[in-house]
Amino acid sequence: MSVQPHAERVGGSASRSERIARITESARRIRKNALDMGEVQGQGYIAQALGVADILAVAYTDRLRYRAEDPEWEGRDRFLLSIGHYAIALYAALAEAGILDVAELETYGADESRLPMSGMASYTPGMEISGGSLGHGLTVAVGMALGLRHRGNGARVYNLLSDGELDEGSTWEAALAASHHELGNLTAIVDVNHLQADGPTDGVLRTEPVVDKWRAFGWHAVRVDGNDVDALISAFDELDEAAGPSVLVCDTRVGRGVPFLEQREKAHFMRVEEHEWQLARDYVEGTRV
Amino acid sequence: MATGARLRRRDTGMTATGATGRKRLTTSAMIASFADPGQRTTPAPFGHALNRLAEQRPEIVGLSADLAKYTDMHIFRDVHPERFFQMGMAEQSMLGAAAGMAEVGLTPFASTYCVFASRRAYDFFCLDIAEPGLNVNVVGGLPGLTTGYGPSHQATEDMAILRGMPGLTIVDPCDSVDIEQAVPQLADTPGPTYLRLLRGKVPTVLDEYDYRFELGKAAELRTGRDVLLISTGLMTMRALTAAQELGKHHVDAAVLHVPTVKPLDTERIVAEAATDRLVVTLENHSVVGGLAESVASSLAFAGQCARIVPIALPDEFLAAGALPTLHDRYGLSSDGVVRRVLAEMK
Repeated sequence: MSVQPHAERVGGSASRSERIARITESARRIRKNALDMGEVQGQGYIAQALGVADILAVAYTDRLRYRAEDPEWEGRDRFLLSIGHYAIALYAALAEAGILDVAELETYGADESRLPMSGMASYTPGMEISGGSLGHGLTVAVGMALGLRHRGNGARVYNLLSDGELDEGSTWEAALAASHHELGNLTAIVDVNHLQADGPTDGVLRTEPVVDKWRAFGWHAVRVDGNDVDALISAFDELDEAAGPSVLVCDTRVGRGVPFLEQREKAHFMRVEEHEWQLARDYVEGTRV
Repeated sequence: MATGARLRRRDTGMTATGATGRKRLTTSAMIASFADPGQRTTPAPFGHALNRLAEQRPEIVGLSADLAKYTDMHIFRDVHPERFFQMGMAEQSMLGAAAGMAEVGLTPFASTYCVFASRRAYDFFCLDIAEPGLNVNVVGGLPGLTTGYGPSHQATEDMAILRGMPGLTIVDPCDSVDIEQAVPQLADTPGPTYLRLLRGKVPTVLDEYDYRFELGKAAELRTGRDVLLISTGLMTMRALTAAQELGKHHVDAAVLHVPTVKPLDTERIVAEAATDRLVVTLENHSVVGGLAESVASSLAFAGQCARIVPIALPDEFLAAGALPTLHDRYGLSSDGVVRRVLAEMK
């Protein structure tokens, strides 16, 4: 059975530039997958998906241990998507990882599809939890990390959450628990895109200084440009050394990779015109600059 | 005295009698005993039952939200410290974590008070545990009116809140026998469960009857021609005492014990209620959304008509005070049950 190699093992044999090139290419395919899905539905959280594509590319091609043909493999690292509406991005990444068939992506959001608009574990291989009710992911991640350690399973637990999710008190309950129980097998990834349902995070409920908060809760915290693959690699490598729980705070740009979406007025649910999907793909694929 | 002043403000009908010398009943502890004087009890039946189960099943783990000592979880913690996880006073985090543990193959028992499990942590119970159908067993202390601390700790509507949760099994045990026998069956049930825990020195009653706890099943503890008492939780104990007393009044009362409130043994209830006996439901819970309405809807859905006398807590925030006083005031005492049944039969 083929095992997706872990970064440390791959990183040892591949040069840094090869590693970056591989991840960058993967991120490009994830963006294209997401745009294809968005076009089928004529909507979707495409701006967030584009913003988080680089993080998912690093996770699925450089970090996570998994078996594409056996998504339930006990030894797999768990990647928990709290933010259920980012499902479009995770499906794109699961297809890139070989856990989903790329052809299945066109069923996104359709009746009877395994790929609902908001991520649910019971529907989709590789979807570890049903997100959507925000502030849950980290609590479940803490339990998984405790349970895996208790069972002597060396797998790691990753939880992708959003800066808006930092409003939820339960996130901080879980942060206390992770620190108290010294969960070195747990990594949180916070997508700081400065955007919530009602507007910019700063105006909805101020969460900065984010890094200071995590450190005060006893976490090893690193902040990087979440659209800089090189920086993400370094940050993940650093977090591996942490004895307790670690958090990667990632500043991302919504619509990243498609200039006219990056520049469009920020909105939680960004409108894309029918003719713009191909235009967006052209930018992502590099045929238009 | 502050307690007395507050009780007067709430117009409980109690008056301060210190000046006249009559001894006042006071709230001596958060967890007051509801055992009758001289009643046989068993210490910490839940904790000991969990320990026995844990010896056979290594995947059993325990969690508590800073209430191990008050939910008998400390019995398990002290014997299996490596399998006990203290989550702090954070019920949402505890139930999310219990879900995570079940996801990786463990069978958690997570304890807190009923009020916190049902009111505060509902979303986590519902979406992280029940929606994926995980085998997490939530254990809630202080069900219904088992503390004199007032609404903050009195879980008068926990079953009303939780009965709507798809796939959840709800058990309201009568005594130590029910609890000891329920624990392994809760662990054997694949989906989530909720146990309304009786803790500390728990009355031991059902060993005097030809009875075994069977999840999902009602059990007839005594037969009777005139009245059918359908009871759950500690009210079964009160129903049995009341039935004996009613005999002295030439009223022959049957007791049907319904320890599993969800899924309800509707078949048995509908069959038992298909007589001309007076049907009385008894529960340590609000009259809204608990056993009374479950029985009523079971009968109505089956096209069967019966007048039901609900003995339950009123649809109100209850007073603080001493437990015996409050049980009498709200009609949960055995004497109160007898009075109510006799009045309804006139």
